[in-house]
Amino acid sequence: MKHKSLVILLFIFCAFTLSAAQEDAAPVDTVQVDSILPPAPVSMLTAKDGENDHGHSITLRWELSADDGAGQNSVLSYEIFRWVPFFMDTLQSIQDSLEQTEAYIAELRTFLPRAEKRLKEYRKRKKPKLVIVIFVDSTQFYEDTIAASKRLLPEYEEQLKQLRQWRKQAIDEIPQAHTSYPEQGEWRKVGTALSGQANFKDVGVKERKSHDYMADHTDYYYRVDAVTADPAIRASSEIVGPVQSYGQLFNTGRIPVFVAVLVFCLLTILFVTRARRGAELYVRPLAGIEAVDDAIGRATEMGKPILYVLGLGTAADIGTIASFTILGRVAKRVAEYQTKLIVPCYDPIVMTVAQETVKAAYLDAGRPDDYYEDIVYFVTQSQFAYVAAVNGTMLRELPATNMYMGVFFAESLILAETGALAGSIQIAGTDQVAQLPFFIVACDYTLIGEELYAASAYLGREPILLGSLKAQDYAKAAVIILAALGLLAASLDWTAFINLFSVTS
Amino acid sequence: MNIFDRMMSLDRRWVFLFLAAVCVITYIIDFQIPIRVENEVKTIHEFIDTLKPDEIVFIAIDYDPNALAELHPMCYAVMEHCFRKNLKVIITALSQNGPGMAEQAIFDIADSVKMDREYNGVHYKGREIRNGIDYAFLGYKPYFQLVILGMGQNFRLPFPTDYYGTPLDSLPMMQGVQNYDQVSGVIAIEAGNIADAWIAYGQGRFYFPLALGLTGVMGADYYPFLNSRQIFGLMAGLYGAAQYEELADNPGLAKDGMRIQVYAHLVIILFILMGNVGYFMSRSEKKRQGR
Amino acid sequence: MRRQIPLALVFIFGVFMIFQYFVPHESSEWIYEFLLDWIYIIGIFALALGIWSLIRVSVAKIKARKANWGYPIITIAGLFLMILFGFTGYRDGSLGFHFMTAEGLSNPMFRNFFDYILIPIQSTMFALLAFFIASAAYRAFRARNVLASLLLVAALVVMLRFNPYMGPIGPYVADAASWLLNVPNLAAKRAIIIGIGLGMVATALKIILGIERGYMGKG
Repeated sequence: MKHKSLVILLFIFCAFTLSAAQEDAAPVDTVQVDSILPPAPVSMLTAKDGENDHGHSITLRWELSADDGAGQNSVLSYEIFRWVPFFMDTLQSIQDSLEQTEAYIAELRTFLPRAEKRLKEYRKRKKPKLVIVIFVDSTQFYEDTIAASKRLLPEYEEQLKQLRQWRKQAIDEIPQAHTSYPEQGEWRKVGTALSGQANFKDVGVKERKSHDYMADHTDYYYRVDAVTADPAIRASSEIVGPVQSYGQLFNTGRIPVFVAVLVFCLLTILFVTRARRGAELYVRPLAGIEAVDDAIGRATEMGKPILYVLGLGTAADIGTIASFTILGRVAKRVAEYQTKLIVPCYDPIVMTVAQETVKAAYLDAGRPDDYYEDIVYFVTQSQFAYVAAVNGTMLRELPATNMYMGVFFAESLILAETGALAGSIQIAGTDQVAQLPFFIVACDYTLIGEELYAASAYLGREPILLGSLKAQDYAKAAVIILAALGLLAASLDWTAFINLFSVTS
Repeated sequence: MNIFDRMMSLDRRWVFLFLAAVCVITYIIDFQIPIRVENEVKTIHEFIDTLKPDEIVFIAIDYDPNALAELHPMCYAVMEHCFRKNLKVIITALSQNGPGMAEQAIFDIADSVKMDREYNGVHYKGREIRNGIDYAFLGYKPYFQLVILGMGQNFRLPFPTDYYGTPLDSLPMMQGVQNYDQVSGVIAIEAGNIADAWIAYGQGRFYFPLALGLTGVMGADYYPFLNSRQIFGLMAGLYGAAQYEELADNPGLAKDGMRIQVYAHLVIILFILMGNVGYFMSRSEKKRQGR
Repeated sequence: MRRQIPLALVFIFGVFMIFQYFVPHESSEWIYEFLLDWIYIIGIFALALGIWSLIRVSVAKIKARKANWGYPIITIAGLFLMILFGFTGYRDGSLGFHFMTAEGLSNPMFRNFFDYILIPIQSTMFALLAFFIASAAYRAFRARNVLASLLLVAALVVMLRFNPYMGPIGPYVADAASWLLNVPNLAAKRAIIIGIGLGMVATALKIILGIERGYMGKG
C-alpha cells in the first residue's frame, strides 16, 4: 500500500514536471518555426538605363515587399545583386598588378636620384686609414643597390607596357564576357536600399581604367533580395535582364530650358532684324547714362581728370565686357574734349583689352597723338591693395568725375566714400547685387544690374544693340506673366502646369 | 551755424573717432551678449549633428584674409563640430589666399580636438586628427567654376593630388570617394562670387545638399536661394557664426565679437538719429524764417 | 582676319558650350573636359602676364624716380621674397629648391609672411569698411521723403534685430526684420536676379553672334 501511494506520488510529480517542461519548451519551438519563414520578395522589378546621363548607370525599380517594415519577418533592407562574370576578376587582378608595377616604378624613380646623390657624397668622404671591423662602408651598398635598381627599372617598364596592353584588351572584351550568363559568373552585391525605398541606381564610372568602370552596351542582369534582421533570412526577386546602359543624346529633363533659350534667341533675332530694317525702338531713359555727358563736360570745365574704374572682374565676366563698351564711348568723348583720363586696372588681361579700347577710341575721335600708354595701367591683383592704390590716386589727382562700371565686391563703399571725400561726381554700375546698396547710398547715379549691360546700347544707340534690348524686355514680360500664372496654378493645385516648367538633372 | 546744422553736417572724423572708441572699450570689457538662434543656422547645425560617424562633409573655405573676422569663427565652429562627430572632412580653398586660411584653421582645430571637451552635455574624448584619414585638404586651383564642375565628375580631375602633393588615391579616406555623390553635404564658406558658382554649377548640376556661410553684407542676397531650397542653411556674418557657436555650445571669437558689433550698431543708429534730428530741426527753422 | 578669327572662335565654342549643356552623351562630355583643361592652361598665361606687367610698371616707376618710387621697390621685393620662400624648404635636413611641393608651402618664412603680414594688412583694409559704413549711413539715411523714410526704418529694424537690449519689443523687432528679409527683400532681389540673368543671357548671345565686340578692344 505504502509503496503503491509512493509510486502514484512519484508519477504525479513526474507528470507535473514534464508538463511544466513542455510549457517552457513551447515558446522556443514557436520562435524557431517563425524564423525559418522568409519574407515576401519584391515584385515588379524593372531595370532600365539611367535617364539623361552619359551612360554607365542602370536604374532599378520595384514594388516593396509585403513585409516591408511590417509582418512577422519585417524587411529592413534590400540588397541589390548584379551578375558578374569571373572574367572581371581577371581584369581586376590585371589592374592590381598594373597599379603595383606603377608604384614600384615610381618608387624606383624617386629612389635613384637620391641614392646617386648620396653615393656622390659618400665617395667624396675620405676613408679612414685604419679600417675597423665595425666600420660600414656604405659606398658599396649604394653602388649595388643603384645597379640593381637600374636593372629592374626597364624590366618593370616592359612589364607595365604588357599589362597596359592586356588591360586594354580585357576592357574591350567586357561586353563579350557578360554574354556567358548564367555560366562562368556569380551574383555579387552592388548596393543596399533601406526599407521603404523602392529604387536604386547602380552607377559606375566612365573612366575605363577605374576599378568602378561600368561598360556601356553590355548585358547586365539584376536581382533584389528582401532582407530581414537576420541576413540569412531573405527572399530573392525574379531576375531581370539583359539590360544595357548607354549615354543619351538629349537631356529631356532640361527641355524647359531649351525652349526658353530657343524663344529668347528667336525674339532677339526678330527685334534685331526689325531694328536693321529701320524700326523705331523706344527704350526708357536712364539717369545714369544721361549724366555721363554732363559729367565729362564738368571735368573738362574744371580742368580735372576723369577716373574710370573697370572693377575687379576678369575679361570673361559679362559685367566687365559691358564696361569695356562703356569705356570705349567715354574715351571717345574724353578724347574729343581733350580731358585727362585715368584707368587703373585690377586684371592684366582686362588692362590689355582696355588699352586697345581706349587707343581705338582716341583714333576714332581723330586724336591718336593724345593717347599714351599710362592712361590705362595695371595696379595689382590684390583686392584691397588695388583699392588703396585707387584711393591714393583719387586723393592726389582729385578727379572731377569717377565712374565705377563692372564687377565690384567689398571695396565698393571704400571707393565711393573716398570719391565723395574728394568731391567728385560719381556714376556707378554693377551687376553685383550685394554692392548696389553701397553705390546707391554713396554715388550720384547708379546703374542697377542689367542697366549696366544695356548701357552700351544706350550710349551708342545702335539699332542692333537696341533690338537685343527690346528682346530682353519682352522676355522679362513673359517671365512676369508666367510667374503670375504659376502663382495661380500653385494656388489652384494645377500640378500639370507647374510640372511643365520643372527642370531635373 | 546752430547746433542742428552742426548735427546734420558733422565732420566724418568725429564719427570715426567715436566708433573706434566704442569698439575699443567693448573689446576691453569682457561680457557676453545673449544670442537668439534663427532657423537657417539651426538647419546647418542639425544637419551635421545628425550625420553618422565616417560620413563625409565637404567644407569649401573660399575666403581671403579680408573676411577673416566674420568667416574664420564660422569655419572653426563648423569644422570642430564635424571632427567631434567623427565625420570625415574634405576641404578645398578656391580663393587665392584661401589655402593659408584653411591651413591655419586645420592646425588650430587639430590642436583643439586633441583635448577632452564637453559640448551640450556630451563628453567628447580628445583625439588626433590625421591628414588623409580624418581630413583631406585638396588646396587651391584657379577658375573656381571649372573646379566645382570638375569635382562633380571626379575630385581627381581638378585635384589629382592634395595640397601636399599626395595622390588622392593614396589617401585612405578618399578610397571609393569619386565625387559629390559620396559626400553627405557641402558647407561653402564664402566672401565673394564663388557662392554663386556653388549654387549654379554645384548644387544646380549635381543636386547635393548645400549650405552657405557668408559675410553679413552678402547674407541678405541669398535668402531667395534659401527660400527656393537651393541651399538648406545660411549663416550670415559674425551673427551667423555666433549662432552656430551657441548651438554647438562652443563659444569662440564670434560670440566675443558680437558685443563689439552690437554696440557699434548702436553708435551708427545714434548718429543716424542725430543726423535726422538735425535735418528736421534745420528744415523747420528754415521754414519759420522763410515765413 | 584679325577680327574674323576671334569672332569665328567665339561663335564655334559658344555654340558648342550651349549644345553641350543639353547633350549628356560621353563624347560631348569628353570635348567639354578637354576644353576645361585648356582654360587652365590659358589661365596660367594670364598669371605670367600679370607678374610681367607688375614688374614692368614698377621698374619703370623706379627708373623714372616718379613720386613715391620707394613703394614699387617694396612691391617687387615682396613679390620675389614670397616666390623664394615658397620654392625653398627643408627636405631630409638640407635646404634646397622644391617646386610645388609641401616643403616650400611649409617653409616657416612663407607661413610667417602670410600669417603676420598679409593677414593683418588685408584684415585692416576690410575693417575700414566699418567706419565708412558708419559715415555713409550718417550721410545717407535722412528722412527726406516717404521712400527715404521707409529705407531709414527698414535699416533701423534690421540693425536692431539681434540687439539684446530691446526689452519686450525685441522678439517683434526680430520677427519684423525676418519678414523684411524674407518677403520684400526676397521679392526685390529675385526681380533683380532675374533681370541680371536675362541681361547676361542677352549679352552672352550678343557676344556669341558677334554683335557685342567690346572684349576685342576695338568695339
